[in-house]
Amino acid sequence: MAKNIYEKIWDAHVVHTPEGQDTILYIDRHFVHEVTSAQAFEGLRMANRAVRRPELTFATMDHNIPTTDRSIPIQDPLSQKQVDTLEANCEQFHITCFDMYDPRNGIVHVVGPELGLTQPGMTIVCGDSHTATHGAFGALAHGIGTSEVEHVLATQTLLQKKSKTMEIRVTGALRTGVTAKDLVLAIIGKIGTAGGTGYVIEYTGEAIRKLSMEGRMTVCNMTIEAGARAGLISPDDITCAYLKDRPYLPKDRTFEELAEGWKAWASDEGCAYDTVVEVDAGEVEPQVTWGTSPGMVTGISGKTPVLAELEGNDRLAAEKALAYMDLGEGVPMTEVRINKMFIGSCTNGRIEDLREAAAVARGHKVSETIDQALVVPGSNEVKKQAEAEGLDQVFKDTGFEWREAGCSMCLAMNDDRLDPGDRCASTSNRNFEGRQGKGGRTHLVGAGMAAAAAIKGHFVDIRDWDFRG
Amino acid sequence: MDKFTTLTGIVAPLEALNVDTDQIIPKQFLKRVERSGYEGMLFYDWRYLEDGKTPDPAFELNAPRYQGASILLTKDNFGCGSSREHAPWALNNYGFRCILAPSFADIFYYNCFNNGMLPIVLPGNVIESLFTEVRATEGYELTVDLAAETITKPDGGVIAFEISPFLKERLLNGWDQVGLTLLHKDKIAAYEAKRGIA
Ligand code: SF4
Repeated sequence: MAKNIYEKIWDAHVVHTPEGQDTILYIDRHFVHEVTSAQAFEGLRMANRAVRRPELTFATMDHNIPTTDRSIPIQDPLSQKQVDTLEANCEQFHITCFDMYDPRNGIVHVVGPELGLTQPGMTIVCGDSHTATHGAFGALAHGIGTSEVEHVLATQTLLQKKSKTMEIRVTGALRTGVTAKDLVLAIIGKIGTAGGTGYVIEYTGEAIRKLSMEGRMTVCNMTIEAGARAGLISPDDITCAYLKDRPYLPKDRTFEELAEGWKAWASDEGCAYDTVVEVDAGEVEPQVTWGTSPGMVTGISGKTPVLAELEGNDRLAAEKALAYMDLGEGVPMTEVRINKMFIGSCTNGRIEDLREAAAVARGHKVSETIDQALVVPGSNEVKKQAEAEGLDQVFKDTGFEWREAGCSMCLAMNDDRLDPGDRCASTSNRNFEGRQGKGGRTHLVGAGMAAAAAIKGHFVDIRDWDFRG
Repeated sequence: MDKFTTLTGIVAPLEALNVDTDQIIPKQFLKRVERSGYEGMLFYDWRYLEDGKTPDPAFELNAPRYQGASILLTKDNFGCGSSREHAPWALNNYGFRCILAPSFADIFYYNCFNNGMLPIVLPGNVIESLFTEVRATEGYELTVDLAAETITKPDGGVIAFEISPFLKERLLNGWDQVGLTLLHKDKIAAYEAKRGIA
């Protein structure tokens, strides 16, 4: 029988389904970061349990680390303690850890793919909701809570109930200037922030096939913002080409053998899904969020909502969001002025995103009304590559700050944060109240749109941009 | 893990949609390496005035009538966003054992069960009428009976709910999921042998 990729991966990882219980599912790869793991390791110690497969778990520190000079110790003692705790736990339990000074360090969801730790057909978990990112490789990847982190460490399995499947078929082609970020924001706007609850989503269709791996990661990354457990894209030649020569691939097979095995995970022709949603890529324009949840989004030619046109809970939510965002009703998005910009995060902190932003920035100066414009690479590797291409210089010439890698102002656990009342064009994934700093207001956009907004001081349609050089 | 069998308690209303885990507990409190002591940090940005200490009288949960509440009544997509288990820890530390909403975000929902808490999904219209009743009567209490899958109202009215039999068993018995899975250690070893995971 024809199977979709989720069914294939699920079936291949079932260890056992005890009578009346959820399935014990085997986990191939476990990523760990400093924020959600300490209590899990403590749990192991208290129960006197070992890590079952230390070689399948990899740790990185990303949330707390400073993006300024790494030779200066972390100023916040609590952040330092969390980072130290992770290091000590990795040492005690024999887990590989890419610490702050390791060239392989970076945001966990950027590092995994870049090192080839993420491979098609794997089950991948991490105590972090954006683990969905790894689904871009055709891996079943999702976030888990700290109790589950402990469960995976102790048993290398997870208790799971099979999800329903949703196919999001993206037909047609994205228009020039429209990116993967715009596509996924438009999808969330269409199905809603709870539209994917209870489902695993597979993205299919021509427009998805044409996306680079970076673009596919951006789409899968934000799947969690639509409420879905995981987002997947069937592996193809683009997936294999990205993975070629990555350091952590199995060494006992040739690349051709590996690639053949990977592609076999792809959904079968004629497989079925519980729900199918169709999206026409040609209709998507550059997106900007106006509210406090990623589904509160519109095209750049759109406006903030008019409350009288909404009803019930939608109205309640929009009213609260507009008040927090300090925006009026029916305001054109191109009239919304910002004073901060953040390019980075596991959504848009990869090399392709930086190239996109640099292409926009080249030959322009940051607007005088901007108080801070940060460019934070997703990993040390991304940073190195960007510098080799001279992108850092383009940013500096424009008046943007070029920083060390990390999560940074995506969630502001380190010193990079918005002040109350700040309004930021951000390439991250969450515009929740206070996410980037208490009282801060976040507008989610793609990397090119963020750079353009920082140069003009307000949102503009990137399709009309004056590209120089 | 604590068992959950029955609970009678005051109901507190939180009238908001898509309450995300950044609201339930903001990031500055995720730097701690403990599992407890989060009660003062729950809904931090909403709960206190500018100084971060004085309770904001405009925040409904701060009203005297809702102090000591153990049941939280809220709206769609509660617990969306980050996977931080600090969110159920904070709710639990504050005293909430049961949450009623029309829908929950997936990771949050399962995190509750790993902390002996019961999230209950009820139809939107039932939730709406509970909001009305809770606000109309000071000291409004509900009795939740997990084994019977019922909620009993002060007027004797009964609301039935559904829950997966496995999750229900786990809560009723207070089972630790790691211990439960380790009962099948031989199966895990056999699976690894089959896959050549040495
Ligand atoms: S970049 Fe942001 S969303 Fe991604 S892992 Fe870091 S904090 Fe989470």
